Amino acid sequence: MKYVDTNQVQKNMNSRLLKNNVLKSVFFLATIFGLIVLAVLIIRVIMQGASWINMDFLTNKLSTSPDRAGIMGAILGTFWLMVVVIPVTLILGVGTAIYLELYARKGRFQSFVQTNIANLAGVPSIVYGILGMTIFVRALDFGNVVLAGGLTMSLLVLPIIIVAAQESIRAVPQHLSEASYGMGATKWQTVKNIILPAALPGILTGSILSLSRAIGETAPLVVIGIPALLIPFPGGIMDRFTVLPMQIYYWTIDSSLVEEYANLAAATIIVLLVLLFLLNATAIVIRNKFQKRY
Amino acid sequence: MATLTKPKVNIKNHANTEQKSITETAATTKQNMNKKIVYDTKDLNLWYGETHALKDINLSIYEKEVTAIIGPSGCGKSTYLKTLNRMVELVPSVKTSGVITYKDKSILDKSFKVEDLRTRVGMVFQKPNPFPKSIYDNIAYGPKIHGIRNKKILDEIVEKSLRGASIWDEVKDRLKENAYGLSGGQQQRICIARCLAIEPDVILMDEPTSALDPKSTLRVEELIQELKKDYSIVIVTHNMQQAARISDRTAFFLNGEVVEYDETDTIFTNPADSRTEDYISGRFG
Repeated sequence: MKYVDTNQVQKNMNSRLLKNNVLKSVFFLATIFGLIVLAVLIIRVIMQGASWINMDFLTNKLSTSPDRAGIMGAILGTFWLMVVVIPVTLILGVGTAIYLELYARKGRFQSFVQTNIANLAGVPSIVYGILGMTIFVRALDFGNVVLAGGLTMSLLVLPIIIVAAQESIRAVPQHLSEASYGMGATKWQTVKNIILPAALPGILTGSILSLSRAIGETAPLVVIGIPALLIPFPGGIMDRFTVLPMQIYYWTIDSSLVEEYANLAAATIIVLLVLLFLLNATAIVIRNKFQKRY
Repeated sequence: MATLTKPKVNIKNHANTEQKSITETAATTKQNMNKKIVYDTKDLNLWYGETHALKDINLSIYEKEVTAIIGPSGCGKSTYLKTLNRMVELVPSVKTSGVITYKDKSILDKSFKVEDLRTRVGMVFQKPNPFPKSIYDNIAYGPKIHGIRNKKILDEIVEKSLRGASIWDEVKDRLKENAYGLSGGQQQRICIARCLAIEPDVILMDEPTSALDPKSTLRVEELIQELKKDYSIVIVTHNMQQAARISDRTAFFLNGEVVEYDETDTIFTNPADSRTEDYISGRFG
């Protein structure tokens, strides 16, 4: 006697295929949902703000008059913020990752640090803002300048960069470092010549993605006390500043007073989105270009 | 054997001048009494955490011979090989007792610098593992980390090493190309050349042909025969025919112990221990 009854199989076939197709649609809709939301957002923003983007808007100082207002100050603020965030996070983040992955003995201390880094990555950004306010603005008395904002942002993205760098370092095949040690290389020589070059694309990709998070982040800077209306351009890391998302935030809440502020906010969103897309594209290009076969 | 049948590039022409001359090598061929011992292992025990991986190993490895280590998987043969250049220390929980001397220096002492040891003892791994760099940079890596910066000297070392690993003719026009573009067998010979570039005395080989096709395996085996003239070679192999073909001496490992260690001919024709006989005749393993 056969265990598989052909008639029974035939009878069930239709319902099996139906289930298959239904689920396929569910998964497709789930995918399309995100795309639709994104498309709506972009279309709406473009319709509202695109006509407001011109050279004057990009290069002018901020103004209460919508016709003369520009976002050069915010662009420069974002730039100076990155000048602080990039070196601080790369040095601290990659250094921590190298230590944890390659030097630290696997033990209590290592797993304690590891757990806390994972926890820090989940701390809400506003809490980092309070921390930054307490330490950098007040205790170290920087005031609400680029340096204070940048260090706060660095704290925020540091856990992400550490984890990304750790993962790329771990992904470097062990047989490569073994070959290096086997020739009498020291740990540092192996790290510098073999492990870091192989891990670099991953580290860069992770760093760029977390930098775009820092560029778009607002909450910590609100806590630090970024001024709503700032006329002079920041010229260095000890100047007061504003950044693109802050500008969007203030224009949005003030749009009940001046209607055109909503358009200015939309125009700024377009600029910010373009900037973020460019950064993410860079990350993808780096990843594809340096992806190595082992 | 000792008269050179073809001009060969001697990688070590400016090292070890006090070492045996060619005539002396001729005199000692197949005369174990006069062979110099490179590695002497006395009562070596090794634990991975709680696992007792090597038990009371006593083994002498002779100069300019091929010593094969055979045995079933998990018998400790790779572990022993990696103890000889202390690569085994990359495993965090490893503990050892006993003494290994390399040319009369005790290498398991923490005061003996592993970097120094690994400069004299090169290693070739199971899977070809060239660096994701150009062929040239792969070979020049060792000399560079040991401080050689002179481009001319590096060029010479690269050529000598590639010739020494008999792959020069295949790659001399593509030295700047990535080593990953080569076939598996070529990659393994690049790894051997990379190992020769640090001018070691001993070459440890951990199943160097297990990832290669038969033709590439043959080439590597021929190369090992060639290298034997200048280097002491310890090779771990799964392949008993290979051990029989290329080695002068064979150690049979089982469950972390050396069951038998003798000249290869003796091991394969007239083993003293019945377990050795069972293993080489394919009854287990």
